[in-house]
Amino acid sequence: MMQATAQEARFEPRIVALFCNWCTYAAADLAGISRMRYAPNARIVRVMCSGRVDPAFVLEAFRSGADGVLIGGCHPGDCHYKEGNYKAMRRVALLRKVLTDFGIEPERLRLEWISASEADKVRRAVDRMTEDLRKLGPLTWRVG
Amino acid sequence: MTEAPRTGVYVCDCGFNILGTVDVPEVVRYAGTLEGVSIAREYKFMCSDPGQQLIKKDVHELGLNRLVVASCSPWLHERTFRKTAADAGLNPFLFHMVNIREGVSWVTADKAAATEKAKALVRGGVRRVALQEALEVRREPVNPDVLVLGGGIAGIHAALTMANAGKRVILVEREPSIGGNMARFDKTFPTLDCSSCILTPKMTEVKDHPNITLYTYSEVVAVDGFVGNFEVTIERKPRYVREDLCTGCLKCVEECVYRDARFPNAFDLGLAKRKPVYVPFPQAVPLRPVIDPRDCLYLKFGKCKLTCVDACERDAIDFTMKAEQVKVQVGAIVVATGFKTFDARRKPQYGYGVLPNVYTSLEAERLLSPTGPMEGVPRLKDGALPKAVGIIHCVGSRDANTNAYCSKVCCMYSLKLAHLVHERTGAEVYNFYIDMRTPGKGYEEFYKKLLEEGAHLIRGRVAEVTNAALSKGERGKLVIRVEDTLAGFVRRIPVDMVILSVGMEPQADAQAVRRTLNLSCGSEGFFTELHPKLAPVSTATDGVFIAGACQGPKDIPDSVAQAGAAAAEALALVDRGMVEVQPYAALVDETLCSGCKICLGVCPYDAIGFDAEKKVARITEVKCKGCGVCVVACPSAAIDQRHFRTQVIMEEVAGVLA
Repeated sequence: MMQATAQEARFEPRIVALFCNWCTYAAADLAGISRMRYAPNARIVRVMCSGRVDPAFVLEAFRSGADGVLIGGCHPGDCHYKEGNYKAMRRVALLRKVLTDFGIEPERLRLEWISASEADKVRRAVDRMTEDLRKLGPLTWRVG
Repeated sequence: MTEAPRTGVYVCDCGFNILGTVDVPEVVRYAGTLEGVSIAREYKFMCSDPGQQLIKKDVHELGLNRLVVASCSPWLHERTFRKTAADAGLNPFLFHMVNIREGVSWVTADKAAATEKAKALVRGGVRRVALQEALEVRREPVNPDVLVLGGGIAGIHAALTMANAGKRVILVEREPSIGGNMARFDKTFPTLDCSSCILTPKMTEVKDHPNITLYTYSEVVAVDGFVGNFEVTIERKPRYVREDLCTGCLKCVEECVYRDARFPNAFDLGLAKRKPVYVPFPQAVPLRPVIDPRDCLYLKFGKCKLTCVDACERDAIDFTMKAEQVKVQVGAIVVATGFKTFDARRKPQYGYGVLPNVYTSLEAERLLSPTGPMEGVPRLKDGALPKAVGIIHCVGSRDANTNAYCSKVCCMYSLKLAHLVHERTGAEVYNFYIDMRTPGKGYEEFYKKLLEEGAHLIRGRVAEVTNAALSKGERGKLVIRVEDTLAGFVRRIPVDMVILSVGMEPQADAQAVRRTLNLSCGSEGFFTELHPKLAPVSTATDGVFIAGACQGPKDIPDSVAQAGAAAAEALALVDRGMVEVQPYAALVDETLCSGCKICLGVCPYDAIGFDAEKKVARITEVKCKGCGVCVVACPSAAIDQRHFRTQVIMEEVAGVLA
């Protein structure tokens, strides 16, 4: 493995976490109640459903300086609104292709199914994504 | 927007909960520099009355038109501060809550990083709130009827409480009779009340109550609608005996072509046999037989002498019955679906299902019941009375390999079983426990009583139950091998019968029920309450309440208490007569709508119709639940969602990053 330079070691990726109200946001609350420590790099924005996540939000996040976007929704079959998470899943698949065309590494966009009881999964998802983005480095693509 | 934002930002210390990790004065200072912010303040407890007064005072004196409170989760106090805003004369939707406790201070170790994160979230909130618009909550009438799901002691108690309050209650039970697990028990701890004697009158009261409609042998298959206005679909399985005609004389059971009972009775956990036409137990409510199509000759092969039909004077037996669906409208739902016991086969070292005379505690309850397979006196397979009985606690509980949690009831029921087994058989009884947990009124006293009665209590988790004898005295016995952690050595104790005190688990179909009702489950699979302390019977789905062991292991007094609480919450809801529905519905801009109808297909609630004349989509607000899926799907950006407008979320996203 490459020796990380001092510059790289200090790189703190910025993540926008779009969490659905019913499962993943509740799980993040539970992580707090359980006093789990995780990387401070994710900034949570609450939406009612992962199906409400407009690809425009993701692009806006990257445009505004995010190094990664994490979408959290209910497990397949468990959506509070029946099937919004399936819509999110399909949109993310398509969006990844668009991101690739834009020169953004598709792994900068992640979708995780995290139920209200899976606080530890929030911790792991944020920690892992922070680590991965640290290796990947800052997003260099910007709107001119 | 007509008016420039004059935003007040209030950052809560939450005692040391936030202040301990976040530099609150710095967040306040920073918030004061943000565009549109008129005032930023710090306070110890924003949710307290003085905290709320502070906000109201500022709204009046400084003419604030937007509010941001940075404190705990909106799940906890969004309602509180919306009310504060309303009390101050502001529209409650011109407020935004920023979560810097669950979302920041409690999950971050480093103070500098936590402070930066809190500042970023406050910035997002300030920018978001500037674009928020005034909204009105919608008020919908509430159907006063209630539905109780599950006819065990919790469901029975909840149903009776609400029915006595004058509500029409629909009680749905999956089994042919109500009564649940409590009906299986002989005695209850710590008073040694006869279980049937205290339960049966309540079961009869349910049957006779003019306000209760009882659907046994039925399941809830779908729940639609929303708080105050649920439509529940109940599927009634065919009994093949018409409940309305049958008088419960049970002549059909007597006259069945099967002279002997030969099919395992599920109520007796297979320890006793029944005929294809049967009542699960003598005190069943309703006292109406059911015919099992898997066992009945006529239903299986179409050929039988039909002696049951001849025996029935009321012509109540009807082999043409089919499963039918009933739809009911209710305002609230109480879920009391109960538990199942741990499958003792998952601990093969205890020999359940392999060695003879090894029973689970629930089976032991049946063996001790006067109406059970051994008429209340547990005997060995050869008919002899046991001379020594071992009761192993914590089977499947407090065990990293099975269930990590304590099932709470097992210590007490194991002591009760020890008492009853000794009383009925005279056997020496050995209880093997890890810790003796007897908190509860009269419980510790019961434990003392057992000690005085001479029950042997051995502290140690049992390693195995074996029939491999090492000495003459062990021959033909079940040998319990255990480290006695008080005496400090390994013991081998030969007994004739072993009872495994199995823990409580969620029902096998708890996940399906969860989906039907839109509940959530904890990691063990029990239904999750809205708040473990302050909303213990409410759920994240408004109008759905939980009671009894479906929420977690619980004994009878706790189940009944919780059922009463759930009934009270449900009554409070339906008696209010109105519910407030969050105004998060989607709306169509008709000038932008191209009439492509894509949104019609994505809406999970059929809330979007098509105006054929104008050729535009139209949203029926009452049906819309505000998920926002259609907003994203619209290719013309003609749909938006109130309070979660695309521009508003975009602004928050940009704000937390700026």
